[in-house]
Amino acid sequence: MTHKKLVATAVVSASALLLSACGNAGPGGDGEGEFTDGKVVIGVLNDQSGVYKDLSGPNSVIAVEMAVADYEEEYGDDAVIPEIEVIDADHQNKPDVANTKAQEMYERQGADIILDVPTSSAALAVADQANSHKKLHFNIGAATTELTGAQCNPYTFHYAYDTYQLANGTGKTVTENGDTNWQIIYPDYAFGQDMDKSFTAAIEAAGGTVGGHIATPFPNDNFATFLTKAAAEKPDVIGTMQAGGDLINLVKQYGQAGLADQGISLAVGLMFITDIHSLGVEPFKGVTFTDAWYWDMDDESRAWADEFMEETGGRPSFAHAANYSAAKQYLEAVQQEGSDDADTVVGHLEGKEVDDVFLRDGKFRAEDHRVIHDVYLAKVKDAADVTEEWDYEEIVSTIPAAEAFRPVEDSIAAGCNLGD
Amino acid sequence: MNSVLQYTIQGLATGSFYAIAALGLAIIFGVLGVVNFAHGACYMLGAVVAAVLLDVIGLNFWAALIVVPILLFIFGVILERGLVRWLLQLDPLYNFLLTFGLSLFLVDLIKRQYGVSGLPYTIPDVLTGQIIMGSLRLPTYHVFVFVASLLVCLAVWMLMTRTRLGMIVRAATERSELTRALGIDVGRWVTPVFGFGIALAGLAGVLAAPMRAITADMGSSFIIILFAVVVIGGLGSIVGAVVAGFLVGLVEAFGQAYAPTFSQVAIFVLMALVILFKPNGLFGREESA
Repeated sequence: MTHKKLVATAVVSASALLLSACGNAGPGGDGEGEFTDGKVVIGVLNDQSGVYKDLSGPNSVIAVEMAVADYEEEYGDDAVIPEIEVIDADHQNKPDVANTKAQEMYERQGADIILDVPTSSAALAVADQANSHKKLHFNIGAATTELTGAQCNPYTFHYAYDTYQLANGTGKTVTENGDTNWQIIYPDYAFGQDMDKSFTAAIEAAGGTVGGHIATPFPNDNFATFLTKAAAEKPDVIGTMQAGGDLINLVKQYGQAGLADQGISLAVGLMFITDIHSLGVEPFKGVTFTDAWYWDMDDESRAWADEFMEETGGRPSFAHAANYSAAKQYLEAVQQEGSDDADTVVGHLEGKEVDDVFLRDGKFRAEDHRVIHDVYLAKVKDAADVTEEWDYEEIVSTIPAAEAFRPVEDSIAAGCNLGD
Repeated sequence: MNSVLQYTIQGLATGSFYAIAALGLAIIFGVLGVVNFAHGACYMLGAVVAAVLLDVIGLNFWAALIVVPILLFIFGVILERGLVRWLLQLDPLYNFLLTFGLSLFLVDLIKRQYGVSGLPYTIPDVLTGQIIMGSLRLPTYHVFVFVASLLVCLAVWMLMTRTRLGMIVRAATERSELTRALGIDVGRWVTPVFGFGIALAGLAGVLAAPMRAITADMGSSFIIILFAVVVIGGLGSIVGAVVAGFLVGLVEAFGQAYAPTFSQVAIFVLMALVILFKPNGLFGREESA
C-alpha cells in the first residue's frame, strides 16, 4: 500500500513537473503556485435523478460553475490558479455509489475538493474518502451532525445546515413564540429518528412539551390516520420530520383534515423552497420552518438569485447558494495561499471569519469544522401576499450564527477530535 | 369512538384507490392472463396527466374525471395493439417483463419531463373543508372519494352483470377456456378490455391527485399493495378486487392508528393468512390450469 502510494506520488509529481514545464506560468501567474496536475478540480457529487435532484442536483453544478466564473472575473490576471475544472457525478443517494464515485473523483479525476453530497449515509462515506485521500470535502446537502461529531475529520467541513440547527431553529423558536404543546410525526429511519430526538431536546429546553412521538413507515403516502391521532391530543403544533414526496403527502392531508381551523399549526423539520414551488403556496401557507438562506432576503441575495435565474430559469434553494459560496470560499483560500494543498487550505480556513452571499456572519470553526452562519425562521406566505413567482417566504426572525449551531463543546462531547 | 369512525372513513378513502385500480388489474388478468406490472405507472399517469392538463389548458377536476380515463383508455388500446398482443402466445413471463420494463420507462419519462418534486393540483372549492357532525370532523374530500369509488364500482358491476359485453368479459375472466369453447370470440374483446383496465388505473390516479404527492414515483409502492389486494381478493375476481381493496385500506388505517410500525406489514400478513386458508383468495375460484 505504501509502495503504491509512493509510485502514485512519483507519477503525479512527474506529470506536474512536466505540465508546468510545458505550460509555463499562466496569464499573470507568478510561477510560485503549487498545483498538483497543474489545475484545481472541483467535484460536485450529488443526487441528479432522485428525490433531491431539484433542491440541489444539476443546478448545484451550475452554481459552482458560477463561482468559478466569478473567481476568474474577480482576479483576472492576478488569479494564481492555472486552470479550474468542474466535474460532477450522480450518487443516487446510495452510500456505496457515493463511496466509489468519491474514490474515482479523488484518484482518477484528480479532484481537490468534493462539494454537496446530500443524504447523510452517502456524506459520511465521502467524508471518509476525503480523510483517507487527504483531500477536501465541504458538505452542503447532508443533515447529520455526525460530520462534526464522532465522525468529524480534518479534511471535511460541514457547510450549510444540520439536524441540530433545524431543531434549534424551528423547535426552540416556535416554542418560545407560544406554541408549547407539540406532537411529532417522523419517518422511522435514521434521519427521522435523529430529528425527533433533536427537536424534542430543543423544545424541552425552551420550556415546551412533546406529547407524542408518532413513527411512520418510510416511504409512505397516507398520513391521514397519523394526523388524526396527533390531533386527538389537541396540541398547539404538529411537527413533521417528513421530507420530499412524503412531506407533500402529509401537508396535503393536513390541509384536508382542516387542522389549521382547529388552531393546530404545522411546523416542518426540513423543507426547501423547491418543495413549495412544486406544490404552490396554497397547501403550505402558514407553515413554519428553518431556512439556512432565502433568495429574496436582501439586495445581495436577490442580485445573486437573479444571476442564478438567468442560468437556470428558477430561483436558488439554500443548497444552491451554499454550493456557490463553498466553491467561492475554497477558491479564495487557494488564491490566498497560492496552493491547492489540502493541509494548507485547511490551515488557511480554520478559524476564518467570512461574509458572503450565503454565509452571513460566517465562521469556519477550527475545533469541529462546523461552518456557522446566521439562519432564519421562515413562514410560508398566503397566496394573496405572493407578488411574483418564487416569492414564497416571509423571514420571521434571524437566528444569530453563534446560537444557531451546536456549541463546540457538544461536538467534542459527541466525539469530535481533530487533534491539534 | 370518534377516532374509530374517522379511521374508518380514512381507511375506506384509501381503499377506494386500491379498489378501483385493483378492479382494472383483475379484469386485465382475467381476460388476457397478463399480470400488468405497469398498473402502478398508469395510476401515476392518471394523476400526472390531470395535473398537467390543469396547468396547460385549465382542465378542472370534474372534467379530468372524464377526460383522463378516456386518454388512458386510448393509451391502453395502443399499448395492447402495439406491444402486449404480440406476446400473448408466449409464456406469461414475457408480458410480465414487458409491463415491468414499461413501468420503468414511464417513470423515467415523467421524471425527465417534470422533475421529482411533484406537481401542484387544486380541487374545486366544494370538495375542500370538512363535514362536521357534532365533534366529528370528516374531510369532505375523503367522503367524496369513498362515495365516488363506490359508484364507480357499482357501475362496473352493472356493466359486468347487465350487459352482453359484461357477461362475455365475466365469463372470460372466470371461465376463460369454457367461454372460448362455447364459441364466443373472446379475442375481439381483448383490446377494449385492456384499455378499460388501464382507464380504471388512470381514474384512481385522478382521484388520488388532490390528496397525494403527484410524483413519478407515486405508483411504485402502490403497485406492490395492489398486487396484495388482487391476491387477497382472488386473482381475476372482480368482486374480490373491490372487497379486498376496501379491506386493505381499512387494515392500513387501523394498523397505522394502533400499531404504526406494523401497518405496512399487516397488509402482507393478511395476504399470507388468506393464502394459507384460501389459496385462491377470498373470492377466487379453483383454477384448473
